[in-house]
Amino acid sequence: MPMIAFVQPDGSRREVQAPVGTSVMKNAVLNDVPGIVAECGGSLMCATCHVYVDPADAHRVPPPDEDEDEMLEVAAAERRETSRLSCQLTVDDGLEGMTVHVPEGQA
Amino acid sequence: MTRIVVVGAGQAGIGVAEALRTTGSSAEITVIGGEEHLPYERPPLSKEMLLGKATVDDLRLRSADWYRTHAVDLRLSTWVERIDRQGRTVVLADQAPLGYDHLVLATGSRPRRLPVPGADLDGVLNLATPSDSLELRHRLSRAGSVVVVGAGFIGLEVAAAATTMGLRPVVVELADRVLARVAGPVLSDHVAARHADRGVDLRLGTGVVELRGADGRVTHVVLSTGEVLPADLVVVGVGSVPSDGLAVDAGLDCADGVLVDPTLRTSDPAVSAIGDCARFPLGGQPTRLESVQNAADQARHVAARLSGDDSGAPYREVAWFWSTQSDLKLQMVGVPGAQDEEVVRGDPATGRFSVFRYSGGVLTCVESVNHAPGHLLGRRLLAAGRSPSREQAADPGFDLKAFAAAPAPVARAQQSAVTS
Repeated sequence: MPMIAFVQPDGSRREVQAPVGTSVMKNAVLNDVPGIVAECGGSLMCATCHVYVDPADAHRVPPPDEDEDEMLEVAAAERRETSRLSCQLTVDDGLEGMTVHVPEGQA
Repeated sequence: MTRIVVVGAGQAGIGVAEALRTTGSSAEITVIGGEEHLPYERPPLSKEMLLGKATVDDLRLRSADWYRTHAVDLRLSTWVERIDRQGRTVVLADQAPLGYDHLVLATGSRPRRLPVPGADLDGVLNLATPSDSLELRHRLSRAGSVVVVGAGFIGLEVAAAATTMGLRPVVVELADRVLARVAGPVLSDHVAARHADRGVDLRLGTGVVELRGADGRVTHVVLSTGEVLPADLVVVGVGSVPSDGLAVDAGLDCADGVLVDPTLRTSDPAVSAIGDCARFPLGGQPTRLESVQNAADQARHVAARLSGDDSGAPYREVAWFWSTQSDLKLQMVGVPGAQDEEVVRGDPATGRFSVFRYSGGVLTCVESVNHAPGHLLGRRLLAAGRSPSREQAADPGFDLKAFAAAPAPVARAQQSAVTS
C-alpha cells in the first residue's frame, strides 16, 4: 500500500498508508489529517481539499483536467504551480512516498 | 466535566462532536444514532451508491478509530425513548439513562409518504437509508416500467440513475416545472430538457391519485389526468418531514420542525436543534433546510457556543445545495425570492452556465449548471453581501472574483436588504 505524506503549514508531517484506487482526499479525511475539509465529499464542487504537491513529486501525477483547473482558480488559498484538489488525485503504486503540502486555509 | 449529548449521528450530529474537539473542548461527548452503520455521507445514496460505485463503508464520515481517539462515545443502533428536561436526562430504549448539561437534537428528517391509496404496496420505495439504496438498485436492475413520483432532487437523481441503467422512467410532478421548490424557471427548463434527452418521460402539472396492485405488488399508477401507467417499480420522492417527535413529546416548541432562535437554541436553553430537524429564522422567516452545508455549518455554530463563545452571534451562513443527475452537476447558493428576476451568465447551449437571481435589484441566489467556479463566486458574493449589477452579472468579461474580493462600502446595506 503506497505511503502518502501530508505536511502542515507548521512543518509537521503525517504519513498515511493509502489503498490503491482511493483518492488522496479520502485518505486524509479518514486518517484525520487537519486542513483537508472536503465538504462536498469529492464531487469537485467545493475546492476545500486543495493541496500543493511537493515540486519534487509533481511529475508523478497527471495534470488537472479543465474542471479542476477552473476550481483551483477560485480556491481560498493562493494557487501555485503544483496546486491540486486532492479528491482528484487517485492513489496508485507510482505515488509511493509522495509528499503533499496542506495550505493555510480552505474556506 | 460538561456533558454534551447529541441525538442523531448524521452529518449534523457528528459535525458537533468534530467541531467541539477541533476547538479543543474537553466536554464529555455522547452521540446517539439509530442506524447500525458508522456515520456516513448521505448524498451519495441517490448517486454513487445507487449506481453501484460506492458502498456504505466508502461513505464513512470518519474512521472507526476516530471516535475512540477523540473520546466521542458513539452509540449506534440506539434509540432514544424520551427526553426528561426536568431531570436533564435522555432515556434510552435498552441502556442506562444519560444525563446532560446540554442536549443537541440532530435527528434529521424522513421521507414524506405518498398520501394515496396503495402507497404501502410492495414495489413502492422511498430512498433515505443505505438499505433503501441497495434495495432500489436491486429493483431497478430487474424493473420493466419505473414511475418516479416527484421531480425534486431525489426524484431526478433516481431518474438519472434509472436511465443510466437502461430504463426509461416516467417522472410525475405536481408543479408545472421540475425542481420548483429549489430553483428558478431557467434552471428548471434546462434540467427538464436534459432529462428528456436521456429518455425520461416527464409529466408536469400532474398528480398521482392511486397506486394499484395485484397480489400485494404494485402494477399501475393512476394519474390525476385519468391516465393509468404500468409500473412494477414506483419511487417516491415527494419531500421530507422533520423527525421532531422527541422534541414534541418533550414539550419543546415545534412547528413542522423544532423551532430555534437565531443562536439555534430551542425553547429550552439547555437544548439546541440543528440540521434537517430544526426550523431557524432566516431572513425573518422560520426556515427548515435539508442540506449537508446547513447541517455542517449549524453544527459548527452550536459547537462554538458550547465551547464558550458567548457572543450570542446569530447563525447566518449562506445556504447552498448540490445535486448530480447523470452529466448534470447542479449547485445553488442563497435562498430565492418568489418573484426573482433571472440573469444568465454564460451560454446554456454549452451546458455550462450560471443563473443570477435578483429580488428588488439585489442578488438573492446563484444557480450553476456544470459550472462550479460560478457557484463558488456566488458563495463569495452572497457571503460578502456584494451584489453585482445585472449588467455585470450578464457580462462574462466582468471579473466577479475581483468584485467579490474588493472592499465595498455599501456591502452592509446590501446584506441587510438580502436578509431583511
